[in-house]
Amino acid sequence: MLTETWVVFTRQMKQQLRNPVWVFFGLTQPILYLVLFGPLLTNIEGGGLGGENSWNVFVPGLLLQLVIFGAGFAGFGIIQELREGVVDRQRVTPARRVSLIMGRTVTNVVTIGVQAVILVAVAIPFGLDPSWSGVAVSILIVCLLSIGLAAASYAMGLIMQDEDSFAPFVQGVSLPLLLLSGVLLPMTLAPTWLRKLSELNPLTYVIDGVRDLFVGDFSTIAAKGALAALGVSVVLGWWATRRFGRASA
Amino acid sequence: MLPDPMIETHGLARSFKTKTGPVAAVQGIDFEVCPGQIVGLLGPNGAGKTTTLRMLTTLLRPTTGSATVAGVDLRADPREVRRRIGYVAQIGATPAPGTILGEELVAQARLQGMSKADAMSRLTELLPRLDLAGFERRALSEMSGGQRRRFDVALGLMHSPMLVFLDEPTTGLDPQSRANLWDHIRSLRDDQGVTIMLSTHYLDEADLLADRLLVMDGGQIVADDTPDALKARVAGDVVCISVDGDLVTAQQVAGDALHPRTSVIERDQLVLTVDRGDIAVPPLLRALDVAGIALQSVQIHRPTLDDVFLTMTGRSLREDTT
Repeated sequence: MLTETWVVFTRQMKQQLRNPVWVFFGLTQPILYLVLFGPLLTNIEGGGLGGENSWNVFVPGLLLQLVIFGAGFAGFGIIQELREGVVDRQRVTPARRVSLIMGRTVTNVVTIGVQAVILVAVAIPFGLDPSWSGVAVSILIVCLLSIGLAAASYAMGLIMQDEDSFAPFVQGVSLPLLLLSGVLLPMTLAPTWLRKLSELNPLTYVIDGVRDLFVGDFSTIAAKGALAALGVSVVLGWWATRRFGRASA
Repeated sequence: MLPDPMIETHGLARSFKTKTGPVAAVQGIDFEVCPGQIVGLLGPNGAGKTTTLRMLTTLLRPTTGSATVAGVDLRADPREVRRRIGYVAQIGATPAPGTILGEELVAQARLQGMSKADAMSRLTELLPRLDLAGFERRALSEMSGGQRRRFDVALGLMHSPMLVFLDEPTTGLDPQSRANLWDHIRSLRDDQGVTIMLSTHYLDEADLLADRLLVMDGGQIVADDTPDALKARVAGDVVCISVDGDLVTAQQVAGDALHPRTSVIERDQLVLTVDRGDIAVPPLLRALDVAGIALQSVQIHRPTLDDVFLTMTGRSLREDTT
C-alpha cells in the first residue's frame, strides 16, 4: 500500500513541480489579505486584537483560508484526469483505492505545508512574533486537516465530473465555513446567535486551537483544535475512499 | 477438450438511473470468448459496448448477472481480475503538459504491482514493439494521435496480461495509423497468444480484424458469429435503388414484383436482399416503370456487415459512424 501511494504521489508531485505556478497561485489570496487587510487590525481594540498581537490572531486565520481553498480546489485536477483517462487507468489496477486517493492527497499536503511556511515567513516583517514551537505544531495541524479536505474534494470532483459546477460548489461550501469559523476576526466579537452557529463548525475549534498555539499556549483549546482536525480528516478521508472505490460510470 | 473460456458471462446486465427513469444499457447478455481470439463488439453508439467493457474490466458493477474473466469470478474477486487483464479506454483528452511517456508507463506498471526494475526492463522491451522506441522522455502532449493511441495500448500491456480489452482503439485516427494499430493488435494475438476483446463501430475494422463478432444493439447481443458467417446469413445479393418519387410506393411495388427476403428504407434508398441480383433487376425495372416511378439509380453488391446489421435491426450502422 505504501508503494502504491508513493507511486501515485511521485507522479502527481512531478507534474506539480513541472508547473510550479500553482504553488504561488494558491498563495496570492492569503498574502493579499496579509498585506492589504492585516495592517488594519493593528489599530482595532477588542477580541485580542490591537497592536502586534493582532498578527497572532490574523495569521492563523490566513493559514486556515489557505488550507480550505488549497485543499478544497484539489478536486479540480481530478476532473481533468478523469477526462484524460488517468483515473480509470489507475482503477483497473489492483492498487488499493485508498492508495490512489492518498497519493494525490499527500501531494496537496506537501504543497500546503510549503505554502504555510512561506505565508508565516512573509508575515514576520509585518510584526508577527509568535511562539515558534506553537507555529510548528499549527502547521502540522493544518496539514492534517488538509488531508481530509483534499480527499473529500477529489471525491466531489469524481461525483460532479465538471469544472463548471465544481467551482461554484467549492466556493459555496468553503466561504460560509470560513466565515463561520471566525477566520477574519475572532468569534468572541460575534453576537450570540452567530457564535452558537459557529460552534457547530469543526473548523472553529481548529482555528481557536491554532490561535492559542501561536501565542505559545498549549491549552486544552489547542488540543481540541488538533482533535477536530483529526476527526474531520478521518471522516472525510473514509468517505472519499469509499467514493473512489465505488464502481460507477 | 475445449480450453476453458477466457470470458464467460451469464445474464450480465447494467441499468443506469436517469432523470427520466432507469435506462437498461445492457440487458442480460450471455457469451463466451475462447483464448487466443480477437473478438469484436460491434454496434452503433449507445448499443452498450462501452458499458459491457466497463463491467468486464471491473470499472462498473453489473446490476445483475455474473461473469468469469480470465478465470476469476468478477463479483467475488475484482482485484484478481484487475491483475490479469489489460484495459485500453476510449481516447481521452490531451494529457497535461507535464506527463512523460516513460514515467507514465512505469507508474502504471508499478500500480500493477511490478518492481521498478521489472517495469523499466518491460518498458525497454515493449516500446520497440509498438514503434515507440526512443520516446521514453517525450511529453505526451507533443505526440501525434497515432503515437498517443499506441502509448494507450502500451499502458494496458505493461504487466503482460493474458486478456486485453480495447475500447474503440482506432476512433479518430487517420487510415494509416489505423492500419498500423491493427497490425500491432494482430501481433499481440499471433506472437503473444493474448486474447483480445475490442469494441468498434467501424465495419471495416470489425471485418478485417476480428475472428469473431458480437453484434450489439439496444443493450443486447443480436448476433454472434464470424464476420464471414454473418455475411453469409444475408444470403444472396443486396440491391439498392433510389427513385424520383415516393420510396414507400416503390417498396410496395418492389415487394410485389420480387418478394425480396428483406426490404428496408434507409434514408433516400430502398435496400432489398434477393437471391440473385442479376436476375432480379429486369423485373424490378419493369414493375417500377409500370407503376410510373422514375428510377434514379440501381446498385447491386455482395452483402457487407452493414447489410447484416440493417437486415437484423432495420437500421444502418453508418448513421452513427463519425
